[in-house]
Amino acid sequence: MTALLDIRGLTTEFRVNGRWHAAIQDVDLSLAANETLAVVGESGSGKSVTALSTLRLLPQAGARIGRGEILFEGRDLAKLSERQMAKVRGNDIAMIFQEPMTSLNPTMTVGDQIAEVLMIHRGMSHGAALNEARDLLDEVRVPDPARRVTEYPHQFSGGMRQRAMIAIALACRPKVLLADEPTTALDVTVQHQVLTLLDDLKRERGMGVIFITHNLGVVAQIADRVAVMYAGEIVETADCTRLFANPAHPYTEALLRAMPRVDRRADTLEPIPGSVPSITGRPAGCYFAPRCGYARPECGHHPVLGPISGAGGSDHQARCILRAKAEEAA
Amino acid sequence: MTGLKVESLKKHFTIGGGFLGGKARTVRAVENVSLSVALGSCVGLVGESGCGKSTASRAILRLEEPTAGRVTFDGIDVASASPAQMRRLRQRMQFIFQDPYASLNSRRSIRKTLEEPLKVHGIGDPAERRDRAEAILSEVGLPQDAMDRFPHEFSGGQRQRIGIARALVLEPDLVVADEPVSALDVSVQAQILRLLDDLRDKRTLSFLFVSHDLGVIRHFCDTTCVMYLGHVVESGPTQEIMDDPAHPYTVLLRQSSPIPDPANRVDPPRIAGEIPSPANPPSGCPFHTRCPRAFAECRESMPAAKEIAPGRQVACHLF
Repeated sequence: MTALLDIRGLTTEFRVNGRWHAAIQDVDLSLAANETLAVVGESGSGKSVTALSTLRLLPQAGARIGRGEILFEGRDLAKLSERQMAKVRGNDIAMIFQEPMTSLNPTMTVGDQIAEVLMIHRGMSHGAALNEARDLLDEVRVPDPARRVTEYPHQFSGGMRQRAMIAIALACRPKVLLADEPTTALDVTVQHQVLTLLDDLKRERGMGVIFITHNLGVVAQIADRVAVMYAGEIVETADCTRLFANPAHPYTEALLRAMPRVDRRADTLEPIPGSVPSITGRPAGCYFAPRCGYARPECGHHPVLGPISGAGGSDHQARCILRAKAEEAA
Repeated sequence: MTGLKVESLKKHFTIGGGFLGGKARTVRAVENVSLSVALGSCVGLVGESGCGKSTASRAILRLEEPTAGRVTFDGIDVASASPAQMRRLRQRMQFIFQDPYASLNSRRSIRKTLEEPLKVHGIGDPAERRDRAEAILSEVGLPQDAMDRFPHEFSGGQRQRIGIARALVLEPDLVVADEPVSALDVSVQAQILRLLDDLRDKRTLSFLFVSHDLGVIRHFCDTTCVMYLGHVVESGPTQEIMDDPAHPYTVLLRQSSPIPDPANRVDPPRIAGEIPSPANPPSGCPFHTRCPRAFAECRESMPAAKEIAPGRQVACHLF
């Protein structure tokens, strides 16, 4: 399968007190068409920075892409001029955000906001764009689209606003959709509706979707593949089924054990002690070692992402020295 | 009856009206909530945003004056308690807030935050208050040097620990916790839940635990009340409700709650729509607009709560 989007060794740095610190480092991700890749991690893990770097949406001052390539259909987005990049955004790669109310313009009708994208990227007339906007609202299953197209965001409920955001993102038929916690602000019943919608749209259009979330339950519902991030690095990546059945990295395992589940009785939760290290205070060696129950002296060396053998393909990788040793011994 | 008893609690708000206010409307935030929290037990109040669970929890402690209904604690009527009685009651009923960023005074040191409730209730002399504040701080797992620091120096999880310490310093019998772990990351959320578990074991504490997360409720609560648009639609032992939900809304909520197991992808009924506005609730059963099993009667009359198994009540015409 050829990759639609191929991120290689991406390192994004922020300036904190006059020094550059890597918010994410050596991130490798590849996304195929008609695939949902979930990027999961806690706050501060770098999952949003990864998405924002991909679209080069980080502030010009105080943030920079230090190293790495972002290959979209063979072109390196990191090297494009701002003008070229503006054509990619929304057209080839679109993004939806967590809080639809702050991402929509309260002074414009929802129809005009969808139409704006079509007028800019596809040069459509206002009337034609509004017609298309109505069809898009229908496609994202907003009831009564002919009336809704003339309404303002405050007249929409939370779930409907997120649908409107999705309609804007999909207006130019992008090949890649970056979804940054799109359902976090929604109630579970509405969250399920939006997840189903995104999954259907992915299938119908053969889009690649990068789905960023902190919720492992949501990952299990929607993802084909998963990348787990911790303190700016990918610590484990695997096929979705495999990751949940055989988590290889201690952090993934600990996350699964810390999550209270609705489907089974758990008398004790196992919390992960401590908290995610800040961007300026990452420990030497393995970043997870201070919180890891398996930590050994050799965890003082920073581990690389190495293959984990097992049934069902070889694309399972984890960043753990102890797992690497176990692999060597086997 | 000891513990907390809530009967037919109602809380309406008026919006609009007055100069430039437009037409006055009534928001029926809490329509009919009855529940009881026995001493030492933990009752969960679960539902989606707008269902009235937070308002109910606030009205129970009279942080909002209830519109109607009766709340008693150890037999004392909370609404008609004299100011002196109310002060004593407040000491025994404490609140933990959702947002650990907003619920602490940023200009007040942790010491002041923890000693103030003791001062207000006239407990102990300064030395004793200091001892009690220090004891509670270590009980919630914070170092003593946290005492003279300020809220901004702490992470979200640590702030929530401070919020818990502030509630527990008065040694209450009942704690009402409104989404105490929703703002936290999974790993920290588990730390706080574990802390609450430990505190529950060590003291005789009852909890009214408000959450939208069925997983958290399942972990923490013995009994669960499911709310929808101001009504308790189902209540009973937590495990039974989670494993065998009866009310169509509980079924939907349960099936929509994501499970971290890709082999278990469910496809709940694709119902359209979201929770209606409590300013304009539907007639009859509040869930009929979204219910896959609604019939004529559901549009006309609100079903009464029926006991379908010991301790298990459902308000639905299907039962």
